Amino acid sequence: MSAAMPPTPGHERGSAQTESLLGWCAREVEDELPALGLRIAEVQVLRRGSLGAASPPDVQARLRELSSRFRGARAVGIRREPVPAAYRVFFRHIGLDPDVVRTPIEAAVLERMIRGGFLTGGLLEDVLLIALLDTGVPVWALDAESLDGPLGIRPSREGERLGRSADAPMLPAGRLVVADASAALAILFGELAPGHRPAGAGRRLALFAVQVAGVPRLYVEEALWTCRAALAQP
Amino acid sequence: MSQYEQPVIDADAPASQPAVTRVLEHIHEQLDASAVEDRARAGERAARASLRAQIARLEHELSAIVAETFPHISAPGEAGEALRGPCLPSLAQLECARDRLAGRVQELRGLAGERLEHERRAREQLQRMKLEPGRYKFVRLPVGDLGQGGCGVWEVRPRLGLIGMLAGWWQVKLSSGCPLPRGSRSIRDPAPER
Repeated sequence: MSAAMPPTPGHERGSAQTESLLGWCAREVEDELPALGLRIAEVQVLRRGSLGAASPPDVQARLRELSSRFRGARAVGIRREPVPAAYRVFFRHIGLDPDVVRTPIEAAVLERMIRGGFLTGGLLEDVLLIALLDTGVPVWALDAESLDGPLGIRPSREGERLGRSADAPMLPAGRLVVADASAALAILFGELAPGHRPAGAGRRLALFAVQVAGVPRLYVEEALWTCRAALAQP
Repeated sequence: MSQYEQPVIDADAPASQPAVTRVLEHIHEQLDASAVEDRARAGERAARASLRAQIARLEHELSAIVAETFPHISAPGEAGEALRGPCLPSLAQLECARDRLAGRVQELRGLAGERLEHERRAREQLQRMKLEPGRYKFVRLPVGDLGQGGCGVWEVRPRLGLIGMLAGWWQVKLSSGCPLPRGSRSIRDPAPER
């Protein structure tokens, strides 16, 4: 599939409802990085209140528990654990230096060291952080209502913007992005398009995680499941 | 070939023979060119895959050195120009990244070697201090130099203070470790009431 034409959905339907869907990959990305995959799961948020509001006590308790699990020694050695190490290698493969642009798990653990704990930042942020700390796999969320077709990974095109709005920031050509059928919605391992971040009162979210070489699918599924389970609780 | 085309070709057969040959030759040339192009593309892809494998190996080695020698050798900062965002690097960019990483690994290997040598020398000195404390009066050796964590310091001190100094009674002592986070206690607890 060329980057210029809209992608065909390459969905892999899970046997159970709990399994994720496999997003598409542009042909040049697939040729270069054959183990790269985008796993997507949709979730209906049943928790009361806004996604940015304070987390319920069970989520906050889990964060506190995780804070005591990540101490200095773990922070130093985390780069050698299989899943974080796989993301470090992948960062180098896509031209990023993980000692400069930190991988999500290393960034979270460094933040933990600096602030003395995993501080709560709202329901959605906390749930994504818990999934990251539990599995090492980063998960992002987009407002499912704003999507146009299935998600996938492709290089950005000449003169393309990050998002659909007219004032969205411009992207340099060739940047790897997560996109739907008509627009780039997030930079891979980077920021989300402004108009597609889940709104405070958004009820339907599209969660996505990036699977790379060396990360078992089970971990990715677990990360998505953790988010779904936490958000879909009434 | 359709039945309408057949008589036309047959009628012109002697005249068009070289033209057909030229067309066939042209097609062959085109196929050869595209085959060469395909092979070149496949070769470049294989080269990029090989570079990625080398980068992965170097990254594992770099992480191992940093994790094993922390805090004496810290993770290297930005070296050279990394790309500003995620993309599919070209062969040249991958080569650059590999070379940069190899340089950093080499540099850290050197530092790790120096550090090991420093620790070995410190261990030998501690042995000598224990064997002949009188020759190393008041010499201090932090446990950090021995590759151990904590704030302890090995020190050659006189036994019984001034008496030991005069009598030449020297011993190696290990200090009690890191200071308390709130400093030493300034006021003693009141004596228990009777």
